[in-house]
Amino acid sequence: MATTSDGVAQAAGRLTARRARPAKRKSPYPHWFYLPAGVIYITLFAVPTFASFYFSLTRWTLFEVEFIGLENFVQFFSEPALVTGLTNTLVFGVVTSAAKVVLGLPLAALLTSQIIARGYLRSVVFFPVLVSTIGVGITFTALMDPQDGVINTSLALLGIDGPGWLTNPSLALLSVAAVDVWRGIGLATVIYIAGIVAIPQDLLEAAQVDGASTVQRFWRIVVPLSRPATTTVIILSLIGGLRSFDLIWAMTRGGPGFTSDVIASVIYKQYQAGFYGLSTAGNVVLFVVVTAIVLPLFWFLTRRRVEL
Amino acid sequence: MRKRFGTPVPHLRLAALVAASSLILVACGGGDTAGTDTAGGGSEAAGGSEAAGGEEVTLSFLVDNTDYSVAVAEGLAADFHEQNPDVTIEVETRPQGAEGDNLVKTRLATGDMTDVFMYNSGSLFQALNPQETLVPLGDEPWVGDLGEAFPPAVSVDDQIYGAPFGTAMGGGVLYHRPTYEELGLEVPQTWDEFMSNNQEIADAGEVAPVIQTYQETWTSQLFVLGDFHNVAAAEPDFAEQYTANKAKYATSDAAVKGFQHLQEVHEAGYQNEDFASANYADGLRMVATGEGVHYPMLTFAIAEIVANHADNVDDVGFFALPGDDAESNGVTVWTPAGVYIPATTEGAELDAARRFLAFVASPEGCESQTNAAEPSGPYLVEGCDLPEDLPQAVLDMLPYFDREGATSPALEFLSPVKGPALEQITVEVGSGIRGAEEGAQLYDDDVEKQAQQLGLEGW
Repeated sequence: MATTSDGVAQAAGRLTARRARPAKRKSPYPHWFYLPAGVIYITLFAVPTFASFYFSLTRWTLFEVEFIGLENFVQFFSEPALVTGLTNTLVFGVVTSAAKVVLGLPLAALLTSQIIARGYLRSVVFFPVLVSTIGVGITFTALMDPQDGVINTSLALLGIDGPGWLTNPSLALLSVAAVDVWRGIGLATVIYIAGIVAIPQDLLEAAQVDGASTVQRFWRIVVPLSRPATTTVIILSLIGGLRSFDLIWAMTRGGPGFTSDVIASVIYKQYQAGFYGLSTAGNVVLFVVVTAIVLPLFWFLTRRRVEL
Repeated sequence: MRKRFGTPVPHLRLAALVAASSLILVACGGGDTAGTDTAGGGSEAAGGSEAAGGEEVTLSFLVDNTDYSVAVAEGLAADFHEQNPDVTIEVETRPQGAEGDNLVKTRLATGDMTDVFMYNSGSLFQALNPQETLVPLGDEPWVGDLGEAFPPAVSVDDQIYGAPFGTAMGGGVLYHRPTYEELGLEVPQTWDEFMSNNQEIADAGEVAPVIQTYQETWTSQLFVLGDFHNVAAAEPDFAEQYTANKAKYATSDAAVKGFQHLQEVHEAGYQNEDFASANYADGLRMVATGEGVHYPMLTFAIAEIVANHADNVDDVGFFALPGDDAESNGVTVWTPAGVYIPATTEGAELDAARRFLAFVASPEGCESQTNAAEPSGPYLVEGCDLPEDLPQAVLDMLPYFDREGATSPALEFLSPVKGPALEQITVEVGSGIRGAEEGAQLYDDDVEKQAQQLGLEGW
């Protein structure tokens, strides 16, 4: 290439400019690499998001648009079915997120200790994450059948009368949450394993030498130093839980009645019925709810990060 | 820079450039194939027919996935092809219920519909925005041969858009005849008689008096929708007032009864044990084999009983959902589904589609449908006769059509206003989660959304 002329130019620069120009001139060239990703991001995410803000203020049939202001939002919050969706979403998100944190960390601690078939156990724990959500939903619906499902027939063998897991209005949402936790715990565990493995062995060995028991080592060392991993798990599982749709749809379709409806399934039902403006308004509400919960939480969790 | 990385650098740059440009090309290429797919089945079929030699036309025909619809569609396709060898019809299926509605509306909106498709008539048809999305058929010669009830259910502003697919059907109660004979029960003419029959069955203790199958939510609506004949008998102008937002389910004594009946049946404990998790196929099996006695359902279910429980077909009878007055007892009628042509069908496909619709709405078409699947009611085309040996339940229903004032079209065929959440509300009322009056109120609110979306006056 042009080494010789570069060298000459640099020498000339040193002679004439005396560092009047900065030694490295910032080239715009690297910014061009942002362009493909930027175009895709803007076209597929930013534009539809702003378009949805507009369409949520209208009543539209995909052909005609009629501007109605905030009426869609008023309707969304005045219908009992829709408000139930909001509360169910929060319950579902918090329950699944908390369960994944509380169960994921001990599981990860177990899977990083010296146990037999550790690699196999790690695969078994992670495997449900890879399976299709709809497949999981259909399978568990069959397992949870009140009369013929495996769960209730096994409980009957023990003499317990199993409830209608998906048909009892008070249990339906929690049963789906349980299946969601079963499915997602693998991911939480993997993140925690990464966090635990990053803890220096010296700390643990020093504690062991000083006479700390396994439980004390877990509570005093592993848990505090896994805080970054905990933050990640909480944020990811909360976002996923608040937006969750496919598992709920596959298992109960928001039923019985409206008792396991979440915002996402409410939005889908409005879309199915052809109320496109109302459905878009629901999407805007979901967007605002998720952002309003996750951003402050993220700030709160990360400002107390422990530096290793 | 060069000295540090040596030769790999230009390769790295080159590789990155290739990767980026290939990504862009894939995205564009993917968009193009999606574009040709959605440009219309018409253009694809045109391509196909051109390849085949200029005269042969292939039509795609979308129907729902019930056994009845698929059998009838394939029968019609085969018989039409025999008479018109230059047209081949391929049958495609879609889900039933709300998911099917979703699919049809979306495909019409994006211009991706098949060449012809079958869909409900009445208010669901109105929700398709027919003036924009469908081909008007007012000039077709067979329009004059249609039975009285059908044209209003597939027309907007007096312009007709569909041909009848299948038979008219009734919404009432399928019942297990052997149990009635065993317990010496008679077909009830009033709601009180119905409930006392239920009590006797419950007292006998062996089977469930009323079958409900809430796993498939659409089946829960029959107590409300099938009761409309009784509502129309008590308040003849209900449909008109309802469309104009002057009459409501919650405030009308006659209309709220449907919801109240549902609550009564649940509270009396007459439902089958697994009502919350049983599905439509379970319900049919139970009424055919006698595990349950009453199953509120539409008569198109008879075709499926014939297909799956052939031995028990004549054990199943039918009676209309009783109201308070034995005098005005009658059945609520659902007009058959329609076959429609989307506006995206053009040229050779459009001509072939018109010929197909003419075949469907003709006595030969009716014969083809009868051969394909057991009819569950009368055809609404003149000249179409029913065979002699029909299932018992259908024979039970036909006398209602012969008696004056014993039939009424269901509300969804007299009014375009039908809320999408009715099935969930009736599941809630039938499961005891919500009271009847509250459910009716909720449905009225739900219906408001639909009316506003359709832009009706007075809402």
